[in-house]
Amino acid sequence: MNGKANRGGHGLQKQGLYQAKRGTSGDGTVPAFALSEKMKFLRELQDKQYELFFKKGKPLEKFFPLYEANDTFLYTPGDVTKGASHVRDGLDLKRMMMTVVSALGLCMLMAMYNTGYQAFLAIEGGAAPLDSWQSSLYLTMGWEFSTSSIIGCLLYGAFFYIPIYAVTLVAGGLFEALFAIVRRHEINEGFLVTSALFPLILAPTIPLWQVALGISFGVVVAKEMFGGVGMNFLNPALSARAFLFFAYPVQISGDKVWIAAQTSPDGYSGATLLALAAHGLEIVETGLTSGIYALQQSGFTWWDAFLGRIPGSMGETSTLFCLVGAAVLIVTRIGSWRTMAGCVVGSFVMILTLNAVGSDTNPIFDVPFYWHWVLGGFAFGTVFMATDPVTSAFTETGKLIYGFCIGVLGILIRVINPAYPEGWMLAILFMNMFAPLIDHFMIQANIRRRAARYAA
Amino acid sequence: MAIMSREERTVLLDPFFNNNPIALQVLGICSALAVTTQMAPSLIMCVALTAVTAGSSLAVSIVRNYIPSSIRIIVQMCIIASLVIVVDQILQAYAFEISKQLSVFVGLIITNCIVMGRAEGYAMQNGPWSSLLDGIGNGLGYSLILMGTALCRELIGSGKLFGMVVLQSVNDGGWYYPNGLMLIAPGAFFIIGFFIWGLRTWKPEQVGSED
Repeated sequence: MNGKANRGGHGLQKQGLYQAKRGTSGDGTVPAFALSEKMKFLRELQDKQYELFFKKGKPLEKFFPLYEANDTFLYTPGDVTKGASHVRDGLDLKRMMMTVVSALGLCMLMAMYNTGYQAFLAIEGGAAPLDSWQSSLYLTMGWEFSTSSIIGCLLYGAFFYIPIYAVTLVAGGLFEALFAIVRRHEINEGFLVTSALFPLILAPTIPLWQVALGISFGVVVAKEMFGGVGMNFLNPALSARAFLFFAYPVQISGDKVWIAAQTSPDGYSGATLLALAAHGLEIVETGLTSGIYALQQSGFTWWDAFLGRIPGSMGETSTLFCLVGAAVLIVTRIGSWRTMAGCVVGSFVMILTLNAVGSDTNPIFDVPFYWHWVLGGFAFGTVFMATDPVTSAFTETGKLIYGFCIGVLGILIRVINPAYPEGWMLAILFMNMFAPLIDHFMIQANIRRRAARYAA
Repeated sequence: MAIMSREERTVLLDPFFNNNPIALQVLGICSALAVTTQMAPSLIMCVALTAVTAGSSLAVSIVRNYIPSSIRIIVQMCIIASLVIVVDQILQAYAFEISKQLSVFVGLIITNCIVMGRAEGYAMQNGPWSSLLDGIGNGLGYSLILMGTALCRELIGSGKLFGMVVLQSVNDGGWYYPNGLMLIAPGAFFIIGFFIWGLRTWKPEQVGSED
């Protein structure tokens, strides 16, 4: 069925190209003509491939999804709506997904910079460099472990980030292609978003085989099992991380994994700020163990945390760049501001409640909201994970409730259960499951309201 | 002359793949999640459940014509509960360590839907010999899934089989990273899910209709 629709597209595209050629052949606009000649070559190459290999009955017929993915990457599909006419947005899935990926751009850069920066900060603080190919290659290239060089930080971080990203693309892409071929559906651009998000929520030192295993789990179990993009009720990237978090906790939680240098408890600690706050620090004068005091004494300022220069998962540390991403998503109306606002309000209410309740045994109770908002996965999860249009609530009021519940639950898990510092991940996954239920009640409420209106 | 007729063979063998109590009827999931982190306790659990299912189906079938319909569930429960107590006592006497590991789950065989389901669904309408075969068959069908799940969980989760080291873990100087997810209940959910997926791909007629 898909194949047929796309073949319709071929004809349209060909026509368009030929018309373009006829239009330019008379006048002397050479550059435009040359470009269209080049493009025509590409189009003909694609068509020839299709005729020779991928058409029904040809040897590679089974691999049509691979051809189709390439073809729609190069050319806009010519599909038009069939059946009764209705207005359709010019925004297709591909452009939507690419917008999300570009909104992530700054976070990706920050992931590389901060990975290098944190490693060098630790090395300058007395930790030994990692005994790995990244360190040797970096030194061989003539760079030094110094936080003052932005390029150096970027480069060293890239040595960690890029292999993880590459493995994500290859391993996840393999399963995408496999399912597309077996199930005869298109290879979907949704995976580009999943694969862009996933490395950003991992620790820089994670073993690459775990990356491959995690993304395979995310793609197969969280998405393809339920029918592919649009049918999944859990966020694939978060499911992949949750899988790793429960399967191999040593490599993705604790104090040792967030910094790409050899940290030790007595030397340079590699704990995240959340872990420090959960552990607390005793104020000498009063004898109280305080979470906020631990943060103040951590050596990092609030601005460090806001800008993202703190240890943590690679791409999640910078609240500033998450805000930029949020702006992009809200302006293009791809991410819902209602979901984000819900998260912020929900967490605000919950933090104030916990601040008021207070606790003698749990130091993180006294951490104020402006700190919570720049720590851990709050900003990244709120902007990029909770707003995933497939797994969040669909109704407008439902989005507010859904976001609010994520905010409340996320803080609840983060504060009350310090064993799970990644409260945000679990809260979003949990509310993913409830999103359809929220929608159901919203729709029922609407039906009742309208019924009451017309009964009168 | 064959020991079993064709129908009786079907009764015995159908629960393996065609009508598996866990994979198709999705019964008895609770114990399948709870006891399958290791193979040894799973094996004992399988033997216990098969014995109880076979015994209760046989006993219910023998007295089926004397049970008043209005109290049949209570009568079945009494028979099943007696058998479970016998099995539990035997385990405590001869396999105390494993019976401690299984803890309440032996006792919970009473509430296992498979046992009750076979007594109510089959033994009440059929003769003792067929009912016995049906009970054994369903017990073995349950055991098949349970042992498969336990095999995956123990191997992936701790690198062992029946407590013997197969894949040396990193903590003991080997190369294998044990997968902690397999040791918690969701791991069994995923494994059983994969089994059901595989079985229904093999036998598409088991795929339920969309409602």
